[in-house]
Amino acid sequence: MSELLKTPLFSLHESLGAKMVPFAGYAMPVQYPMGVMQEHLHTRSGAGLFDVSHMGQVILSGPSWEAVALAFEALVPMDVLGLADGRQRYGLFTNEAGGIEDDLMFARRGDTLFVVVNAACKGADMARMRAGLPDEITVEELTDRALIALQGPGAADALAGLDARAADMRFMDVTDLTLGGHEVWASRSGYTGEDGYEISVAAQDADALARTLLALEGVAPIGLGARDSLRLEAGLCLYGNDIDTRTDPVSAGLSWAIQKVRRRGGEREGGFPGAAQVLEAFANGPDQRRVGLKPEGRAPMRAGVEIFETAEGGAPIGAVTSGGFGPTVEGPVAMGYVMANHAVHGTQLFGEVRGKRLPVEVVKLPFVPANFKR
Amino acid sequence: MKFTEEHEWLREEDGVMVVGITIHAAEQLGDVVFVELPEEGTTVSKDDEVVVIESVKAASDILAPVDGEIVEVNAALTDNPAMVNDDPQGEAWFFKMSVSDASQMDEFMDEAGYQKFIA
Repeated sequence: MSELLKTPLFSLHESLGAKMVPFAGYAMPVQYPMGVMQEHLHTRSGAGLFDVSHMGQVILSGPSWEAVALAFEALVPMDVLGLADGRQRYGLFTNEAGGIEDDLMFARRGDTLFVVVNAACKGADMARMRAGLPDEITVEELTDRALIALQGPGAADALAGLDARAADMRFMDVTDLTLGGHEVWASRSGYTGEDGYEISVAAQDADALARTLLALEGVAPIGLGARDSLRLEAGLCLYGNDIDTRTDPVSAGLSWAIQKVRRRGGEREGGFPGAAQVLEAFANGPDQRRVGLKPEGRAPMRAGVEIFETAEGGAPIGAVTSGGFGPTVEGPVAMGYVMANHAVHGTQLFGEVRGKRLPVEVVKLPFVPANFKR
Repeated sequence: MKFTEEHEWLREEDGVMVVGITIHAAEQLGDVVFVELPEEGTTVSKDDEVVVIESVKAASDILAPVDGEIVEVNAALTDNPAMVNDDPQGEAWFFKMSVSDASQMDEFMDEAGYQKFIA
């Protein structure tokens, strides 16, 4: 894997016995000796440590918060200006057709905006921000920082033992903490459906911090395999699978991420790439919708499985975009897109697996209730 | 016990072959969550896909090691796929089959040969 990039935790992963795989150009741990199933369950009962340093970390700065926020609003359909200092939001980069170019987290730190984007998209995202923001806005990629997620019901107690301020944070708060002598930027968020934190730390401190966290009661290292099943049970989208350049935010069930102020009749209506198409989808409803799909049998329905209205004949009315086994659900779980008139919860449809049409029910997401500290 | 390059084992028992996957294969698959077995009485040819096995990571197939007929399947695996990880070379056999052409067994490895194969 010599051609692959390494995160600052690469040697830690190897020393922990991780199985390393290529992911978005990085050598990343897909699992540790505990195995995907146990890692998943551990995160839902204790605390899991994830290396997410492959993700892009970017700081946007400018003459004032208003200047930075309004400039960024030209790229995303979110209310950025209204974000209070020390708060974070989920966001989307849209394209001129109203499709999704990437999903991201953005946080206000004073007068600057801290943006975290997907590893596979970060080159394009940097180019998009550099081209799409005015000259007075500085776009700085923080290549000298690592990102560590600590997720699960045990995360808060574990972190509070190092810095009591961690316990006072609410879901989507961001603040500076000192963990084991290391200055970090922490947010109370993550992508597992559990309470937890994402911790941005200087690359040279990352290994020591990760070891400090792993030494805490109930904290275990968790790989990408369990990260995927955790986010799937939590009903969260994986960019490239569940959302992409051809899906718009409304079809994707991400309307909640577009605040009223950017919608029709809002104070800062539109003004983002593809606004006409996205606002149209709001007004008239989308042709297809992302839904939860619960296979009735034991057979997993993975990405690409076609969905039909009936047990025989007919053309597909949708497809699975993410699917597998949910260790907490103790059965197969999936999500995908179906024609909007089949998207009502409780509808029985059929997924074609190895030539057989197997029953699957349209269900409400998430499969496992979120455990955030609101 | 004989071993194939497809990481299956075969053990003779009462005139039929009991077939399963090796400890090495089970480790590589990871946690098994779904097993689909063939119907008893199915006539199979060598390399036919006879069992579907899905782990948390991916779906894979188990191929018929030789020509013959499936005479019995281990139905317990359907309800408890995790047996494959717990005891792949014992309790978690997949099926028993009759063998039409015993010469097809000649190429299979013994335990030492298989250990060398996976080393």
